[in-house]
Amino acid sequence: MSRLLNWRAPALSLIVFLLMIGAWHVLTLPKLSQQTVNPEYAALVGAEAATGQKSAFPSPADVGGKIVEHLREPFYDRGPNDKGIGIQLGYSVARVLVGYLLAALVAIPVGFLIGMSPTVYRALDPYIQVLKPISPLAWMPLALFTLKDSSISAIFVIFICSLWPMLINTAFGVASVRREWLNVARTLEVGALRTAFRVILPAAAPTIMTGMRISIGIAWLVIVAAEMLVGGTGIGYFVWNEWNNLSITNILTAILAIGLVGMLLDLMLAKLTRLVTFPE
Amino acid sequence: MSAFKDPFDADSSLTSGCSCGRHHSAAAHQADLAGETSDSEILGNRVVEAAVMRALFPHDATRRRFLNAVGASTAMAAIATFFPLGTAKEAFAQSGKLEKTSLKVGFIPITCATPIIMSQPMGFYARQGLNVDVVKTAGWAVIRDKTLNKEYDAAHMLSPMPIAITLGAGANAIPYTVPAIENINGQAITLAIKHKDKRDPKSWKGFKFAVPFDYSMHNYLLRYYLAEHGLDPDKDVQIRSVPPPEMVANLRADNIDGFLAPDPVNQRAVYDGVGYIHTLTKDIWAGHPCCAFAASREFVTKMPNTYRALLKAIMEATAFASKPENRKQIAEAIAPANYLNQPVTVIEQVLTGTFADGLGNVRKEPNRIDFDPFPWHSFAIWIMSQMKRWGQIKGNVDYAKVAREVFLATDAAKLMKEVGMRPPTTTSKKFSVMGKEFDPAKPDAYIASFAIKRT
Repeated sequence: MSRLLNWRAPALSLIVFLLMIGAWHVLTLPKLSQQTVNPEYAALVGAEAATGQKSAFPSPADVGGKIVEHLREPFYDRGPNDKGIGIQLGYSVARVLVGYLLAALVAIPVGFLIGMSPTVYRALDPYIQVLKPISPLAWMPLALFTLKDSSISAIFVIFICSLWPMLINTAFGVASVRREWLNVARTLEVGALRTAFRVILPAAAPTIMTGMRISIGIAWLVIVAAEMLVGGTGIGYFVWNEWNNLSITNILTAILAIGLVGMLLDLMLAKLTRLVTFPE
Repeated sequence: MSAFKDPFDADSSLTSGCSCGRHHSAAAHQADLAGETSDSEILGNRVVEAAVMRALFPHDATRRRFLNAVGASTAMAAIATFFPLGTAKEAFAQSGKLEKTSLKVGFIPITCATPIIMSQPMGFYARQGLNVDVVKTAGWAVIRDKTLNKEYDAAHMLSPMPIAITLGAGANAIPYTVPAIENINGQAITLAIKHKDKRDPKSWKGFKFAVPFDYSMHNYLLRYYLAEHGLDPDKDVQIRSVPPPEMVANLRADNIDGFLAPDPVNQRAVYDGVGYIHTLTKDIWAGHPCCAFAASREFVTKMPNTYRALLKAIMEATAFASKPENRKQIAEAIAPANYLNQPVTVIEQVLTGTFADGLGNVRKEPNRIDFDPFPWHSFAIWIMSQMKRWGQIKGNVDYAKVAREVFLATDAAKLMKEVGMRPPTTTSKKFSVMGKEFDPAKPDAYIASFAIKRT
């Protein structure tokens, strides 16, 4: 029975995939049109426009071909504005990691402080509540104006968007460490620093990691939009550049790549979370 | 060699003698010439000194007496106190050392940027000893901020932008300059294919239009065109600012009814079957400027040699692009993903002017886009008149002064001559927009003459 269940899920996945591709294929079959124009005109416009239509959505075969093309040469470099999809993804991941790690460096200590002291928590709470819901992209013009550097601005945007989930989760995790454990530590006359590192940190670690996992997801979402806005390098710039060329096939390829990298980042954090979880 | 002798030498004559006047015979002159400095910088300096001395002491005897009395170094110091010899020498140093050879120039992927872009693949920058990265940028606000941040040394801008930046409209006031106009003409009004029967602008009430930026020729030309047809651009239609690369996608999605946009956007809309070209802007104002090659005044004054080399590359490219026979070759150079990222045929149709109009006709308009780098002061004044007309700037404007400071016509004329173009002898001219004459001497009267305005 369990073996049956084991292959059932992948089979269902495959069927869903095939159905989706099939529907996509049928919907993008080229339409026949009666309207014809003179050949001189037809040579100057796209194939669809020559028959009086708008350019069509690409078929699965077009996209598949494009993906193979990109996979064959993911790291080409033809000048500052035309680099392979692998290089672009590398730029984006690097930006995300720098911004994210900086945010972790700030959020975890500050979160600790907030979680351990109710006074600090109440003092800083209004600021956090106001700053948290601001779309990270709204910071972009401000960042460009003050930091005067577009790549630092992009990192700043990642920093600011990954800060809040980590901060709030750390504070929450630290604040909700079981009273008994802290009391035991106190009766054993454990020092404050030692309590923090040996009792509170391990106890709060799973919650902190959950915050970090949420943050990396948000950071990856935001980097694409940020790079579309400032341009230059990164997968967001790649999408923008191909939008510029109205190349839906390239955009779909990029979307797929963005999804896969996002999944990998999430998987890594999930694994780390499992390492620090403890049974109660 | 008479220009190169030392004018501070009391024993030499500046006006007579052998070929240079310093020697008793031609042989002595030749012998001395071999040992004479070959450093072009020193020679250049001497030319300037000689010119100044000649101007100050028209009579050679007076100059000699003066030099003998006070000594050459004292004379030089004395003259330097009231005449900026250093500046004159710098200005003359035409092939001085480049202050910086690796530059970044930002551009927006449109055909207006042709001279800036093509100079990279076609080697015009390299020929001036410059290593220039042309960096594609997502929008006008970003290109402005990146240039103000000094991430870019110079940039492709809409010609009204440097004026707006200098005046502090929509940005902090920073002195900006336009050493060259990128292109003239080359824009069009494109409408969605569903409006193919609405060729009369009077039927456009309620339309949503896109222009690339608030401070753009596109905005002013569209407003002008609509107003001339009796539509109030602020009340009867909606005009929004959309970056050029996103225009076709928006037209396709029915978000907008049309746009006045730079190419290749217009031609791309035709290529994809989503729009048709209603009118080319050359039919609104023949020879209007569009985009500009822009640099901060700081760059121009702090790195004069680099600025000069960069501008010369742009001028040479512009001269090359102004010849119709070169256009196909340029289209191929700038179409790839590193630059415009468009099908070659789209760029070719824009540059050659033989194009599909989206309604099934092939039109031939060889000057659909053209290249003339001269930054006419009257262009700047017209732009400011429209800024004032539509309420972007308020109060009194010293039109001629701003035009002079931002549009560097003198530099442009000098370099145009060097690359074999014929610059005009004046910096201002009258021209007409939709049949109405503009006199750059009376911009305020011009603004007052319009029925629809926001002043």
